[in-house]
Amino acid sequence: MAVSVDEAVSTGPARDHTPPARRLGGRGRSVLEVTLLTVLAVVMLFPVLWMIETSIKENRDVYAIPAKLFDFKVTLAHYKDVFVDPDGGRSALSVSFLNSVVVAGVSTVLATVLGVPAAWAYSRFAVKAKKDQLFFILSTRFMPPVVVVIPIFLMYRQVGLIDNKLGLILIYAAFNVPFTIWMMKGFVDEVPAEYEDAAMLDGYTRLQAFRRFTLPLLMPGIAATAVFALIFSWNEFVFATFLTSSDSVRTAPPAIAGLIGGTTTDWGLVAAASVVFALPVLVFAYLVRKHLIAGVTLGAVRR
Amino acid sequence: MGTVAAHGLRKSFGKVQALDGVTLDVPDGSFFVVLGPSGAGKTTTLRAIAGLDKLDAGSVHLDGRDATGDTPAARDLAMVFQSYALYPRHTVYENIASPLRARRCSSSEIAAAVEQMSSLLHIERLLQRRPAQLSGGEMQRVALARALVRRPRAFLMDEPLTNLDLKLRVEMRTELTRIHRSLGATFVYVTNDQVEALSMADQVAILKEGKVQQVGTPTEVYERPANQWVAGFVGSPPISLLACRAEGDRLVGAAGWTLPRPHWTTAEDGQGLLLGLRAEDLSVEQRGNASLSGELYGLEPLGDRTVVDVRVGTEILKVKARPTVTGTPGERLLVTVDLDRAHLFDAGTGLSLSEAGR
Repeated sequence: MAVSVDEAVSTGPARDHTPPARRLGGRGRSVLEVTLLTVLAVVMLFPVLWMIETSIKENRDVYAIPAKLFDFKVTLAHYKDVFVDPDGGRSALSVSFLNSVVVAGVSTVLATVLGVPAAWAYSRFAVKAKKDQLFFILSTRFMPPVVVVIPIFLMYRQVGLIDNKLGLILIYAAFNVPFTIWMMKGFVDEVPAEYEDAAMLDGYTRLQAFRRFTLPLLMPGIAATAVFALIFSWNEFVFATFLTSSDSVRTAPPAIAGLIGGTTTDWGLVAAASVVFALPVLVFAYLVRKHLIAGVTLGAVRR
Repeated sequence: MGTVAAHGLRKSFGKVQALDGVTLDVPDGSFFVVLGPSGAGKTTTLRAIAGLDKLDAGSVHLDGRDATGDTPAARDLAMVFQSYALYPRHTVYENIASPLRARRCSSSEIAAAVEQMSSLLHIERLLQRRPAQLSGGEMQRVALARALVRRPRAFLMDEPLTNLDLKLRVEMRTELTRIHRSLGATFVYVTNDQVEALSMADQVAILKEGKVQQVGTPTEVYERPANQWVAGFVGSPPISLLACRAEGDRLVGAAGWTLPRPHWTTAEDGQGLLLGLRAEDLSVEQRGNASLSGELYGLEPLGDRTVVDVRVGTEILKVKARPTVTGTPGERLLVTVDLDRAHLFDAGTGLSLSEAGR
């Protein structure tokens, strides 16, 4: 049998191994590292801690000077005020939370449903001027959103989308679609196109091949992307302030901001509302933290 | 039935002309190998036949019917990918069942077919595993099973053995030949390994830079290469090529040697030629009348034989010899030539100058 020797013998050069450089401070973290991390943690966490504390203090303790750090009476009255109106019934704040859930949820679903197939198409097909198109899509994110708030306001007034949840949903989706396309294109690029080729030869159509074989592999990426989109929509303040006015349409960020000012400010209520506002995003981010990290680092490392 | 005919396939990727008018006619039931170095357009040809890439020009006929515009699914072909492309989230069972599921077979049919395939390829105990838990050889078998589980018009194989180790590759060569014979189906098999091509094929098409160089049986492409490039590509060790020209009844080498002019050539006097000599048609151990003198340049022992490099002028001749042969570099040697089995090529065009009927 004429098998050449070259096939059997590897010709690669022997690889040199240099020992990895020893880390400063040996095992664990150095004193400097710990100090810096502590300072950072205090700076970052103190406002959060203070917010939570204020939300469970009685009004007397909230305004006490010097501030009471530990010896205050715990009350959940502020949390009740967030959801229930003083004269019974649903509070305006609770309606705004509901609005936030609807607006953020629907706009994220919309952005994902539009963005994922677009990302797949950009990744898989020969699109004319693909790079230019992708750059154009990305360029919509270059400017701060505030820049377009006036034109959008005028346009929305013409078509009756002012003070309308649909208006917010559309604008948030419009901001999230480019983000979704860019982030998802990276994920789709990572999935070999040959799975779809194989599926098409098995007898599936191209769309079936995508749905049955590629889409399940994209789920972690979709989760990460959707959480980022959700956080953007949930936190968005500028457009919500300009484009909505009535309590029945307003989302939580402008509604909470609206509590501050006037003759007196009920800081306990503001703090409680802020905690309620922050919780869903924290819980969400915690649930998908693995995917988030995978999503952020993916593509950065060549496997 | 299972004929595959590709006519005038053209395809470019940017400035690279991957396929430059490839025409292939694969007869029903044949083991047809497309052989060429990497970048020759072999995989592109196969993907064009499968309908996975759009062509710039050309047509694909399956069973005599124009299928150029058909989707891959409608072409009724099966393919084994070089990377195997096993679905990572599916078990081996589901991978093999996939072509049947796509065609809405009943689950009892599927179970029977998967069982038959897995016993044919000895992968019964792997059925519940996922691709990540398989070795390269096992993945290769599963990919093969997924293709063979159906009875398509033809099987397309894209370097299916390239990623296997040498021993397994030799084993699978025999097995694939056996499977081909027992199915009697049409195989279009792409490889860059000439040993695979020569040992398995009924017909070989040799591809270079998107153009078909020669189509023929393994014996034809080895014994009667259409041009200098084919002669150099097929055969191991590679054919030795010596520059020369014809003068009367002699061949005169650029290095000064002379050999009798072969009777089978159409070469004209004074024409620039290349004399192609295969290692097994040369000898350092027998006396003959047609011979070249040179000096020993090096020995390459390969176990079952030794390749002797002999320097003639500035050119190196590779000579096949018995493993017991010895010598010291620089030593004078006489190399006997079997001129009836030699080849002559036009030094300019590279085309063969051997008479057709010899």
